[in-house]
Amino acid sequence: MSTEIESEGPAIEVDKEAPSLLGKGAHGGVRDAMAAYLRRVRGGDMGPLPAVGGLVVLVVIFASANPLFLTERNIANLFTQAAPLVTLGMALVFVLLLGEIDLSAGVTFGVAMGVFVKLTQPGGMPWPLAVLVALGIGFVVGASIGFFVARIGVPSFVVSLGLFLGLQGVMLVIIGAGGTYRLIPAPIKAIQNRNLPPWAGWLMLGLILAVLLGVALVDRQRRAASGAPNPPVSIMAAKLGVIAVLGAGLVFYLNQNRGTAARTLEGIPIVVPVVLVILMIGTYVLDRTRFGRYIYAIGGNAEAARRAGVNVPLIKWSAFVVCSMLAVVAGFFFISRVGSADASTGREIVLSGVAAAVVGGVSLFGGRGRLVHAVIGATVIAVITNGLGLLGFSAGANLAVSGGVLVLAATVDALARKRSGAIGV
Amino acid sequence: MSQPIVELRGVTKSFGPVEVLKGVDLTAEAGRVTALVGDNGAGKSTLIKGLAGVQPYDGGEVLFAGEAVSLHHPREAARLGIEVVYQDLALCDNLDIVQNMFLGREEMATGTFDEGRMEAEAARALQTLSVKTVKSLRQKVASLSGGQRQTVAIARSVVKQAKVVILDEPTAALGVAQTAQVLDLVRRLADSGVAVIIISHNLQDVFAVADDINVLYLGTMTARIQAKDTSPDDVVGYITGTKTMTEVQA
Repeated sequence: MSTEIESEGPAIEVDKEAPSLLGKGAHGGVRDAMAAYLRRVRGGDMGPLPAVGGLVVLVVIFASANPLFLTERNIANLFTQAAPLVTLGMALVFVLLLGEIDLSAGVTFGVAMGVFVKLTQPGGMPWPLAVLVALGIGFVVGASIGFFVARIGVPSFVVSLGLFLGLQGVMLVIIGAGGTYRLIPAPIKAIQNRNLPPWAGWLMLGLILAVLLGVALVDRQRRAASGAPNPPVSIMAAKLGVIAVLGAGLVFYLNQNRGTAARTLEGIPIVVPVVLVILMIGTYVLDRTRFGRYIYAIGGNAEAARRAGVNVPLIKWSAFVVCSMLAVVAGFFFISRVGSADASTGREIVLSGVAAAVVGGVSLFGGRGRLVHAVIGATVIAVITNGLGLLGFSAGANLAVSGGVLVLAATVDALARKRSGAIGV
Repeated sequence: MSQPIVELRGVTKSFGPVEVLKGVDLTAEAGRVTALVGDNGAGKSTLIKGLAGVQPYDGGEVLFAGEAVSLHHPREAARLGIEVVYQDLALCDNLDIVQNMFLGREEMATGTFDEGRMEAEAARALQTLSVKTVKSLRQKVASLSGGQRQTVAIARSVVKQAKVVILDEPTAALGVAQTAQVLDLVRRLADSGVAVIIISHNLQDVFAVADDINVLYLGTMTARIQAKDTSPDDVVGYITGTKTMTEVQA
């Protein structure tokens, strides 16, 4: 049937003896798909598997060590703790995929937040305008890093390290040493401190499942129209089923009253749907648009991408802009939780953001990883922070453990890369 | 002879004070394999990069199907149907076969990738080239052998119905069996009506597959001759500059 496809150029005779490759491997039957997946994992392309395993182990350990860990209140707390890190991790994925790094992402949001809280002090400008200013700061920082890296060719490590130091200076000037500004606008405070009503939690889950199902069905229909076979329905159903079950469990759990007898506290923190929307849009961009595909291509082989006609400097520049602006969004989640901004806002979080992405299975060498990996990795790190805190460990122990996890994850990444080079999967 | 699909007239290219191409002529015809040979530094790669639009020529004319064209960007070359398969393959290891074959010219439908269509076209291209060793179209290129990668790289040009395919040292890194396979594929490509330009150091391969042989020596085309009218010894002479040929129009 493949001979029926119209061709504009010279007609090429199709060798009837050669089997068509359509419908083999991951898009074949359930067994083919499983085999293809196993082959990939054995080849070192484990994706988030180690992180998911680690997450399960950590949860079991912390839950058995301290009964407070699995209480509704702590789980809700965990989500709001993790949100800035998750978002920062997702921001960094865009540049990590290129094989670049942005060490200034944390202080970028620090500066943006410093400006934001100062602008929105009583008598200042309306907060939506200040939000735009903060995002504008993200754009300017990202654009300048992108300019130096993509146009001039300065290593991103050096450029962003320079900005990491320089922007801290800017922050001292804006806020003043030792100064702290309180966050005033209620809508920004609400992101991390208010919850969805229980019905809205279910609505959110329903909408997410509907979108995922809709996209999958459109895909299937389109593939069928092109004459490409579809993967078995059972795989799609299984994926959606897992999301539905986990999601339902979580919504149910967080909809329980976790407040006191005097004051009810229930529902999903508002930040959760916001992060999920960012995740879904970002995943769409990375998986289904030229911009996303070219980011992967540049991370894999920049010269090949250039020869294929990709505007490498433009894509790189845009990735840095996306990273810095998403980092500013992470900043909003951060100050919403903390309630104020000072001169050190965002200074410490950036390496945790890199760690989140790498722990989740995003390669530091570029070209490999997904946004959801950063989410999983950030959750692991948040669980460590939260769990060690509950067990009464000091901040020092927490830093040491998080650092160790980062090195471990980077080691796994390097080994996986070596292995995939050696056996070629 | 019929009108050549690609004709270069007196193209020049310099890098600073170094003149790499000193007015080179080259023609390639549909259905024929044109070999481009020459020693290291003769300017073969520079000539090819100009045709691919990666590194534009400084001077001279490029005629495509008889009309003057400008080649300043890989997209312009691709639009004309000129495809280059590079020596270092220019594939992205972290992408799968389909993604690599469509890199830079993805099929879109309502703003997103039309993966099904790309997959179907990729399958057809590989079937055309009798590729039997690949397990899945969604395999990452990192998992392929040298010969398979070369096949994917060549299939990249077939998938868009290229009119001119330029192969830069397609057999340099391959074993004996794979070399035979790739040369077979090159022949099949030309027989299907594509103009193939092949660059090679290996004269055995050149004589096995080429119809016309062009020899580049220090930036000038010193010989243009049909393969059946010459011998490997003569060609070696042209390459090293110990023999010259004045009769240029074949």
